[in-house]
Amino acid sequence: MKKSKAFWGFLVLALVIYAVVQGMISGGMLDLYYQNILIQMCINIMLAVSLHIVIGITGQFSIGHAGFMAVGAYISAIATMKLGLPLIVAIILGAVISALAGLLVGIPTLRLKGDYLAIATLGFAEIIRIMFLNVEYVGGAAGMVVTNLTTWTYAFVGVVITILVIANFTNSRHGRGCISIREDEIAADAMGINTTYYKVVAFTIGSFFAGVAGAIYAHNFFIIQPTTFNFLKSFDILIYVVLGGLGSLSGSVIAAIFLTLVSAYLANFPETRMIIYSVVLIIVMLYRPTGLMGTKEITSLFKFGKKGGSKV
Amino acid sequence: MSNLLIKTENMGIQFGGLKAVQNVNMYLNKGELIGLIGPNGAGKTTTFNMLTGVYQPTEGAITFDGKKLNGLKPYQVSKLGISRTFQNIRLFKDLSVLDNVKVANHNLAKHSLLSSILRLPSHFSGEAKMEKESIDFLKIFGLDVYKDELAKNLPYGMQRRLEIARALAANPQLLLLDEPAAGMNPQETRDLMELIAFIRKEFNLTILLIEHDMHLVMGICERIYVLDHGQLIADGTPEEIRNNPKVIEAYLGEEVID
Repeated sequence: MKKSKAFWGFLVLALVIYAVVQGMISGGMLDLYYQNILIQMCINIMLAVSLHIVIGITGQFSIGHAGFMAVGAYISAIATMKLGLPLIVAIILGAVISALAGLLVGIPTLRLKGDYLAIATLGFAEIIRIMFLNVEYVGGAAGMVVTNLTTWTYAFVGVVITILVIANFTNSRHGRGCISIREDEIAADAMGINTTYYKVVAFTIGSFFAGVAGAIYAHNFFIIQPTTFNFLKSFDILIYVVLGGLGSLSGSVIAAIFLTLVSAYLANFPETRMIIYSVVLIIVMLYRPTGLMGTKEITSLFKFGKKGGSKV
Repeated sequence: MSNLLIKTENMGIQFGGLKAVQNVNMYLNKGELIGLIGPNGAGKTTTFNMLTGVYQPTEGAITFDGKKLNGLKPYQVSKLGISRTFQNIRLFKDLSVLDNVKVANHNLAKHSLLSSILRLPSHFSGEAKMEKESIDFLKIFGLDVYKDELAKNLPYGMQRRLEIARALAANPQLLLLDEPAAGMNPQETRDLMELIAFIRKEFNLTILLIEHDMHLVMGICERIYVLDHGQLIADGTPEEIRNNPKVIEAYLGEEVID
């Protein structure tokens, strides 16, 4: 079958990339600085792809994604630092709690549309952040010290699983249900699609993987602070998805990679960093108003079929 | 009356102070092809929206196949077996023709969310079944050659056909067609009439049709309801409707006897 071919193609590609990078790390060709950029890239890809399912697939404009990342980060940090659980358990726990938070936020807010939904999700994300800010147990404004446990392997496996699950979801009757909501909600409803259910499902899956990204992020930087997860972070994630092309999985992956690299490179010019970053965004949106990939996937460029994320 | 499929009793809807539709008493027997006509703004599409759950009637009741439809959401109505097309075509424009039909086929296969994410065998068998059924529907409408084309790239007449194909794929007992011939030339309209007659027989459908093309309505409908200013002013066979003074008045204005 066509789709399982793409699946195996993706897996083989992921293995090759992993082997190459791992080889380079073992061979000492990538020092800690570059490893860190790679991990950062993986985290951003996960965030981008998890927001893609909400905005790109289901068409629900949520700009509170950093809130769910924060839930994943804090819950996993509590699990490892306070409860002494292993990292893998902490990641899963963080993701599940984050998904639950997504469910709780999603059920009331997803009745709203467009701008109203955006404002509501933004508000919820701020509530989550301020909650962590005021809880002494997790360090309050000073932040929480977390041991560095994340390795490149964790981050990469996270990316592969995220992309696989979301690609599988999209290419099924469930994913088509979500896409039909994006295309025309009234018609989708009239064709027997339970629109509320699918919006909440997409939102919950998105929050789950934002939680995974948050958990991996938390164990990468020695410290997590509530300010990291403010609305600017949400906008960063939103930019990956819009720049990549709304509705394109591979687009959001490529945009996340591209912008991580731009951002890492621009760290050398701290004064002008945000200016150049903004100019890059403006130029891309001027010349590719539908985003880098439009709604197309990288698969449609090569007929033999590789999935998005082939440039991880 | 086992033959009765859908019945409305004093159905009406009020938007603020405006009674858009009121006191509509209609019934459709199984297998009938009924027309719903009326001047612009008479409330025909509003009636459709009430029958499909897009609007909730503020008064009266709708009974479909023995079940009350009041309070149900559109997707629940669709699952019970009422499917529709829209006056201003509402296709999923950026999806392929095949995917448009597959969306409507949604409830045909039952594989779960988890089985799709984990790609269990039930996912593949379910998807294969949907694909086959969808292509069968496209073949009936002569659209299978366009299956990978985006819906928005189809010519207008084909988009109308695709919308009917999509509505059929939702597996309805009752099909509501909202001006299916709007914007079509006479030849296309004739083809459409044949097509409607064909699918009605083939799928054992009951059809309610809004149409302005009197030739089409009079030609294929068994009974006709006439709405004007939100109220039913007449119902009967095409012959009766043609000679009904109230209908003539609604369409042409009051008769002046000279």
